[in-house]
Amino acid sequence: MRKDLILHLSALSVLLLLELLGIFSEYHQGNFARILVLAAYGVGYNILFGYTGLLSLGHALFFSAGLYASGLSIYHLDYEIGQSIILAIGISAFISSLIGFLALRTIGVSFMIVTLMFSQIAYLCILYFGSITRGDEGFVIQQSSRIFFSLDLSNPTIRYYSALLIFSLCIFINLWIAKSSFGRVLVAIRENSDRALMLGYNVQSYKLLSIIISGTISGFAGACYGILFGYVGASFATVSYSIFPLLWVLIGGAGTVLGPLVGAIFMFYLIDYASDITDAYMIIVGVSLLIVTLFARRGLLGELRYRFFKWIP
Amino acid sequence: MDLGPYLLFASLEGLVHAAVLSLIALGLSLVFGVMRIVNVAHGEFFMLGAILTWWVSNFVMGNPALGFLLALLIVPLVVGIIAMFSDLLILRHLKYDPEVTIIATIGILYIIQQFALMTFGPDARPVEQPFNIRLDLYWFGFSAYKFFVIFSAIILLFCVWLVMAKTKFGLILRATQLDSEIAQAFGIPISTVYSLVFGVGAAIAAVGAVLIVPIQQAHYLMGGEPLLLAFIVVIIGGLGSLKGTVVAAMLIGISDGIISVFFSPNLAKILATLLVVVVLLIRPNGLFRTIRI
Amino acid sequence: MKKILKANISRRKLMKGIASVGSIVAMPGFVSYSQAASSSPIKIGFQVHRTGIGAAYGRWYDRTTQAAVKIINDSGGINGRPLEIIAEDDGTDPKRGAEALEKFANQHDCDVAFGTLFSHVVIGSAPRAGELKLPYFVVSEGHHVASGMLNRYTLQPGITDVKSQVQAMAPFVKDNLGKKVTMVYPDFAFGHDHRDYFSAAFESQGGQIIAKVPIPPTESSFSKYFPKIPRDTEVLYHVMVGPAVLTFVKELGEFYGSKGPKLFGFIDSVEAVDLSTPGLEFLDGSYFWEGNPRYAQANQTDHDKFYRNAVGVDSNGASVSDPKDVSTYAHMFGCWETLHIIKKGMEKSGYSGIKDRAKLIEAVESMTSMPLSQAHPQGAKIFNGKTHQTFGHQYITKMTNGKLVLAHTTSIEDTFYPDEVDYTKQSF
Repeated sequence: MRKDLILHLSALSVLLLLELLGIFSEYHQGNFARILVLAAYGVGYNILFGYTGLLSLGHALFFSAGLYASGLSIYHLDYEIGQSIILAIGISAFISSLIGFLALRTIGVSFMIVTLMFSQIAYLCILYFGSITRGDEGFVIQQSSRIFFSLDLSNPTIRYYSALLIFSLCIFINLWIAKSSFGRVLVAIRENSDRALMLGYNVQSYKLLSIIISGTISGFAGACYGILFGYVGASFATVSYSIFPLLWVLIGGAGTVLGPLVGAIFMFYLIDYASDITDAYMIIVGVSLLIVTLFARRGLLGELRYRFFKWIP
Repeated sequence: MDLGPYLLFASLEGLVHAAVLSLIALGLSLVFGVMRIVNVAHGEFFMLGAILTWWVSNFVMGNPALGFLLALLIVPLVVGIIAMFSDLLILRHLKYDPEVTIIATIGILYIIQQFALMTFGPDARPVEQPFNIRLDLYWFGFSAYKFFVIFSAIILLFCVWLVMAKTKFGLILRATQLDSEIAQAFGIPISTVYSLVFGVGAAIAAVGAVLIVPIQQAHYLMGGEPLLLAFIVVIIGGLGSLKGTVVAAMLIGISDGIISVFFSPNLAKILATLLVVVVLLIRPNGLFRTIRI
Repeated sequence: MKKILKANISRRKLMKGIASVGSIVAMPGFVSYSQAASSSPIKIGFQVHRTGIGAAYGRWYDRTTQAAVKIINDSGGINGRPLEIIAEDDGTDPKRGAEALEKFANQHDCDVAFGTLFSHVVIGSAPRAGELKLPYFVVSEGHHVASGMLNRYTLQPGITDVKSQVQAMAPFVKDNLGKKVTMVYPDFAFGHDHRDYFSAAFESQGGQIIAKVPIPPTESSFSKYFPKIPRDTEVLYHVMVGPAVLTFVKELGEFYGSKGPKLFGFIDSVEAVDLSTPGLEFLDGSYFWEGNPRYAQANQTDHDKFYRNAVGVDSNGASVSDPKDVSTYAHMFGCWETLHIIKKGMEKSGYSGIKDRAKLIEAVESMTSMPLSQAHPQGAKIFNGKTHQTFGHQYITKMTNGKLVLAHTTSIEDTFYPDEVDYTKQSF
């Protein structure tokens, strides 16, 4: 078997074993379920940012598109979980192709702003259509609706396995992309898009495809987040939730498959432990970020890859 | 209110907004243009300016104008020095790598915010206007101080233009902005210039804060929104263009005011945001691009 | 307090680390540990807005909570056990709020969770409370509890909800201020509750809402919206929340000077704001809803005196140590009263540990009348066990020479509305 496949399978097995052997306390089990779904969102983000080199500040739009598509269809239309996830995937694919088509007219910082603005519009729309979305308060997906083929997704153990499954799915897609010729073209575009263009690749359509894949994975993660944790709200559409995946990816290592997971775990437990020690935990978070940038500027996993394991995808 | 006066009123409000916004954006644009980094902590320097103003004005007894003038002198200086230190201690060692700088400035943002929360507290605190005159413009009342804000911003922008266009320091900045390697080859001490620019950029935002605090209160979370708006202004205006920054700030400030006349407030926000998108889609490099990104 | 806790936690963490939760219970050592718990503290997880837009409220919620815990502990605790508060910042964010509840239930083994004001945090957290089977006592004044949106584990016994507050104001506004009202409110769910419930109540009284001016939540300057207020407005009904409230009222004053319509506001518009701030003089003569009057009134009860003193608030509603540090007096009493209700519920149900959580909820559900007392300094209340919501007196004060003077007290009945849910039918 290939080395990289072994690495990722063993990472997933560790996550599985942690649960099977009951090493997790209930608290950490819950945290990891959350982290895994968010890391799946990070994986989606990483495809666009880490592999294609396009920095979007509007991914909260895709995340919340999935979140609201599944949430609203369950809340108002009594959709089954499966149906609602399919709907969410469809809608986030549609929205990401639309946004991609428009935003790709710009590059660099203008791309950042355009995506940011689209996401801001989506946030304002959620508030504007408050009679449907319940605005900033959001709404609860009741436990009775969160049953998937007689599995109660609010059960902590089932939730953990679901989250692990969702995350595994996303990283295998990512791994497959990273190893495919398609993924190599994306990296070529990241490194030098002019050269890729000269080599005869249709750079625009590769970028568009990358946005669609990235946005759809993000939307899928959003839908799963709402269903697993039972709450849909406008705070997930704010700028912060566009910045988070960027932060996870940068901290874990841009362009590494497991980077978003490493980054998400790091950020989550950093805040968790810092807030146990002091009320002024934001200072600890701030200082840690500075330390990471000063001593591991390629991100934690990125630095490992750079120094020791060149083969990590 | 009739449409005519209402439009006048909305434009005046928009102008005040635009005046302060152009100052904040100018600081960001300077840093962005010369150093090619996105300073996510820029809004926090603005916030720091606001809470320092509150402290200074509380420290000085008597006429509020006195405290205000003192703040106008001291606060930008202090904020500028803090910013320079953060450049010396952190950003310089990152070699201004654009992506790493984003994380680092987010780190700085957290630290400044928590510091403000611990010392200044979570409340919004007012600073008294240096002069409290309400002009009765027949249809509506308007604070004379707001005119003063517009006026001061214009003067300050003019000064910045003078410095950029007519002085040696301006020349150095423009040279560094165009090509830092060549500038260095000509003996310009790039790292000193960078520290100065980072400090001056923050100081200009702090001036904006001193001006706005008597209208909008100091609060530890006030840096977020201006950062986003300033960022937009800089891009729409075109990187490195002083004229573009001012025009874009006017566009955003005033259109926000005018659109709110005709539509329900939230819809107006949506439309104003959409306007930014449209401008960028038509002119992806901003209105007045002077340098290549 | 936190240090003692740490020692406990790390020991428990260690135990959980070596074996699964199931096998821990079977371990001989663990049994004696949980038996010894009978005199160990009752742990209350306190979700608090330490950071984010709710921080001004959070700080006073914290102070009130600490004061109430001290009073309860000084008088012997609950069933002989002291109360211990485990505070966790929710960042005024729903996701963080839910995580805080998980931490309370699974990490700290809290008996109940309590706290928090902003509705979206409550709504984001409540599903987790239900799943964790953790009684969650909220002090949020949102209509989310009584609307049936949440679950059996979420209760709001210490503060009336916005629907009650708003509808109780309608008769007073119509009889004393005017029949043509324009409403200015934040354009999100909290504001929409004001819009919907006030206009329904006011119109049924024969009044008329002539304009509604929603303000986007991201706004930091407001003047440009004021011209939308029609000229023939007799009463301007205003309510605003968040850090920009002071800007809001100041700009309102600047716009109207002394010529404007009569003002009726929810105190939220100036909560935690020093009313002697220059530029607020125009508010003199205007009316406010207050959950609990900020200034000590002429008819101040001994209970209010006691409560005020215990929390450290002077007769002007500011901190005794800093007269500029104004409290969120209209809301924070809810923390005090809720903790006393938890105490009463635990005593009534003979609560001895986590296994009795359902009994605790049933005990609270069976409560009805809560008379004015040291435990209820804001006033008497009637709790509805079916909707998990309390109902109580509302106060209308008039700003007179820079102070808010009581003008009217509504009856509890004014706040009633038909039940929208029966939580007692849900299983535990």
